[in-house]
Amino acid sequence: MASSAPADAMTLRSRIWSWVTTTDHKRIGILYGVSAFAFFLLGGLEALIMRLQLASSDNSIVSAETFNELFTMHGTTMVFLAVMPLSAAFFNFVVPLQIGARDVAFPRLNAFSYWVFLLGGLFMNVSFLVGAAPNAGWFGYANLTSSQFSPGLHVDFWVIGLQVLGVASIAAGINFIVTIVNLRAPGMRLMRMPVFTWMTLVTQFIVVTAFPVITVALVFLMFDRTFGTNFYSVAAGGDVLLWQHLFWLFGHPEVYILILPAMGIISEVVPTFSRKPLFGYAVVVYSGLLIAILGWGVWAHHMFQVGLGPIADSVFAATTMLIAIPTGVKIFNWIATMWGGNLKFTTAMLFAIGFIAMFIIGGLSGVMHSSPPADLQQTDTYFVVAHFHYVLVGGAVLGLFAGIYYWWPKVFGRMLSESIGKWHFWLTVIGANLTFFPMHFIGLLGMPRRIYTYDAALGLDTMNLLATIGAFAMALGTLVFVGNVVWTWKKGEAAPANPWDGAMLEWTMPSPPPVYNFSVIPKVKSRLPLWSEDGYEPKPLPQEPPGPIHLPDGSYWPAAAAVGIIVAATGLLTGSLWVSLAGVGVLVVSIYAWALEPFEV
Amino acid sequence: MRPLRQPTEPVGFWETLDTQMDAQTTHLRGWPRILLGAAAAILVIALAACSGSDFPQSTLHPTSDFGRDIDALYRTILWWAIGVFVVVEAALVVTIIKFRQRRSSKAPQHVHGSTLLEISWTLAPAVVLIFIAVPTIKTIFRTDGTAPEGALQVEVIAHQWWWEFHYPEFGVVTANEMHVPVGRPVALAMTSKDVIHSFWAPKLGGKRDVMPGRTTHIAFTADSVGEVYGQCAEFCGESHANMRMRVVVDDSTGFEAWVARQLAPPAPTDGLSEQEQLGLELYRTRGCIACHTVEGISAGVIGPNLSHVGGRNTIASGILPNTAEGLARWLSDPPTEKPGSLMPRMPMTEDEVAALAAYLLSLN
Amino acid sequence: MTHADATHHTSTGLDSRKIGMWTFIGSECLLFGSLISTYLVYQGKSVTGPTTHEILNIPLTSISTFVLLMSSLAMVLALAAVTRGDTLWTRVWLAATSVLGLMFLGFQVYEFMSFVHEGLTLQTNLFGSTFFVLTGTHGAHVAVGVLWLLSLLVRSFQGKLGADKALNVELAGLYWHFVDVVWIVIFTVVYLLQ
Repeated sequence: MASSAPADAMTLRSRIWSWVTTTDHKRIGILYGVSAFAFFLLGGLEALIMRLQLASSDNSIVSAETFNELFTMHGTTMVFLAVMPLSAAFFNFVVPLQIGARDVAFPRLNAFSYWVFLLGGLFMNVSFLVGAAPNAGWFGYANLTSSQFSPGLHVDFWVIGLQVLGVASIAAGINFIVTIVNLRAPGMRLMRMPVFTWMTLVTQFIVVTAFPVITVALVFLMFDRTFGTNFYSVAAGGDVLLWQHLFWLFGHPEVYILILPAMGIISEVVPTFSRKPLFGYAVVVYSGLLIAILGWGVWAHHMFQVGLGPIADSVFAATTMLIAIPTGVKIFNWIATMWGGNLKFTTAMLFAIGFIAMFIIGGLSGVMHSSPPADLQQTDTYFVVAHFHYVLVGGAVLGLFAGIYYWWPKVFGRMLSESIGKWHFWLTVIGANLTFFPMHFIGLLGMPRRIYTYDAALGLDTMNLLATIGAFAMALGTLVFVGNVVWTWKKGEAAPANPWDGAMLEWTMPSPPPVYNFSVIPKVKSRLPLWSEDGYEPKPLPQEPPGPIHLPDGSYWPAAAAVGIIVAATGLLTGSLWVSLAGVGVLVVSIYAWALEPFEV
Repeated sequence: MRPLRQPTEPVGFWETLDTQMDAQTTHLRGWPRILLGAAAAILVIALAACSGSDFPQSTLHPTSDFGRDIDALYRTILWWAIGVFVVVEAALVVTIIKFRQRRSSKAPQHVHGSTLLEISWTLAPAVVLIFIAVPTIKTIFRTDGTAPEGALQVEVIAHQWWWEFHYPEFGVVTANEMHVPVGRPVALAMTSKDVIHSFWAPKLGGKRDVMPGRTTHIAFTADSVGEVYGQCAEFCGESHANMRMRVVVDDSTGFEAWVARQLAPPAPTDGLSEQEQLGLELYRTRGCIACHTVEGISAGVIGPNLSHVGGRNTIASGILPNTAEGLARWLSDPPTEKPGSLMPRMPMTEDEVAALAAYLLSLN
Repeated sequence: MTHADATHHTSTGLDSRKIGMWTFIGSECLLFGSLISTYLVYQGKSVTGPTTHEILNIPLTSISTFVLLMSSLAMVLALAAVTRGDTLWTRVWLAATSVLGLMFLGFQVYEFMSFVHEGLTLQTNLFGSTFFVLTGTHGAHVAVGVLWLLSLLVRSFQGKLGADKALNVELAGLYWHFVDVVWIVIFTVVYLLQ
């Protein structure tokens, strides 16, 4: 067993090595969480600089070029390097525990996903150090991204980096689908799965189907830039809208990749602190599925302004409005879960309630966008910026923070401070509303998004200043959270197995769980294993393993394969065939070594 | 042609902020007071920002049929949204207050669901959506960019980062400031010379992307005279923020006069003052002629047509006032005013810049 | 034994690797779906030649298609052989599948070279870009499949591919048949429905 030696006896080197080679889903979850949070801070810093620049009209804190890099990398970072991998942190840590498994289906593939994600994220951000950060916006519309209009490495970093991240996402997607489909404990039928696990499953189905589409779009772009193909070349008869169709075919499902995990977290936190089971479990599950399916039929609502014609506009308006129904159903079910409950306002619960309150606003502005004529005034303005930040900050980020406060004791064995946590919550929620609510008006009163400067005559200085102040309040909130982590690290009280009286299997084992998770694989008899009909009923499982439990040693081949990929990517970026071949060589050797090493003990 | 309507003031708009912030934030004891204070502060500042000044690029103060159609639809949807918002947030707030933890309370009854309730809150949003979808689809077909016979045709050609306007009916070519007559339908046919841009003059209606290799359309009839602000709305590279424009809605005599002025030959070169004469010399010798057209002097097509530039209100696609001062600022350092601009910085003394500006202003 | 759990009793009774492969294939469907859709969208939109009619050699490609189909048959026989523990025929059919796959690749290399010779490259026109990227992506998949099959062949010669490892062959077979089916679609769309 890799981690059988006591931690303090290990040298620093061997401790680092044990993290590099780990295949334990819990440790990989922690790695995902820490890395994603670091990227979250970076993306937040980018946002703060932008908000400083926009605090008043005709400002010149950063140049146009820098501003364009900042908003491109802010969007790319928050979507691909912060929210997705933070969700992945929870998939990794929580899902195997919730379904009664000892690990994911393919532990080394899991490690591989993480290392590819981390190196891909670093690869993309190295662009800042060489002065060539991506600068064409997070949806990089053709033909602005062509080598004619975007010379230099800016777009190359983006197009190659995103392909690398796509590999990580698809690998993780397959892994979690198989884990959830195949490794459930006896009795854990599909309709007994915790909703967080359900939403993970749905999310991963979207990942494995949506990412190939953007991969193709990116390959076309890369070929256009590197080999002179004509996919987005107007002169050769190509259509600039091809990119938009492919991008949004991916891009809209991506929205649900970002929000469904948070919805899953809310569906765990709200029942726990209401002391009531989730109201309408089946409907919440089915509405998640329905959102995922409908999510494939609405991509063109991102393209109303290109003039698709009245028929297409009407159809996509209708499908988009339909999605509001399952989304609304979820919100009603959460409120109904609280109704008649005994609500305990822990920090996790506050974040969950904040999610519901803010997501309602984001959802309603989404319905406004679903109407093409109205959207023609709103899209590409600060109104849509307000909309998707209500969904992604008010929704995804608050949901993820709810998850952090909820599962922190399980992950680290210590309780985060509730009193510091409340400061964190209120600063975040007030800051977010102060930042994003005025943006509705800023947009309606005529400010386009992605502009580094604006005319004082637009009359938008005051509201922009408010938004900037709000952003700093959010930043302060995030610092308070960091303070909370430090405080907890030093003085936090030890967490019991089930500090919140939760109902799901993860609360049956000690905090943190032993490396093998379950000493005995549980037999599941109901949807709420730890609750009886009358309420909470602790049923801890035997903690001592009945016999020796063998777990595989770690493996460094997943990390080596990831290095191979990133070396090959660097070769592509710099146009060096030899570097690319060296990377592919490392990758191939690693895959063979991986396939042949005696991993299953 | 539709009847002209009087512009109306927006109603009921700022109230939403009030309700939303309140409902948002009345969760718990201790905090509500601070939160209400914060909400009130936002409201006061926002109202102050709103009442005092005009918003020349606002979507909420439409001055064309296209703009008004969208505005009416937007308001319909907004009221439904406010209604749903109030009901749902109120339900949330009531639930939070009513069922907050009490020491005496017993373990709650476990309710797993209610078919009737769940069906009803599936149907309720569906019904609301029908009330939104019907006017939406009506408006889609009414605003799809087809103009009636006899509309004024304007060809819009977008460049990084300026606008070119052609009036085939008159043979007029101009840049960055589009003149249209009040009350007459206008049909824009738009394409791009380089990347994707988006034509957006909010008071006149919604935006429409302007793409290379495709032609897109907007149709509107302006219903009040005045200057409207507009701006590129699709990120188009380094100086996207500086790709602005003006649409000047003239009364019919004003528009005819403007057309006549555009068609008139540019000012005779022998009537120039000494400073303007020097400016003309600089125009000829400092590279301007390579990119710009001044009828009778030069025929460059890379940059905006300057034959009648003196009659415009702004320069450099709406980023500077077209005055001696604004022109001097632009001419002495274009890449600073508009990063990435193709127009280079020409070495000129202050006097030379002033002379060139004077010449350009003389091109009325 | 963690992973033995996975093989011994799983929720579906199927091996995790098999479900993983099916999921991967599902993902790949979207990849090829996007490539084929793009090809269709751009069909006939090239502003210069050569066009499909001028350049595609249907008889030749019909032969290579037949070769690939036969390789799928060989793959089925290889799986049957390894399942019944027949080492000799396992090797024969794995080798046959690989060789047929290599022949298909040979046809493709020949086709690409003759197209380049006739003036159709990645850069020539939309047809060139979409055609080479679509069929090239498929060819890369075939190449990976051949490597995989050859690796299994090596394992067999090392005596490490008995009936207990039949799943390894089955997984390669799933992949191989998928790549074959994709080719049928590409052949129909690109060559037959011009």
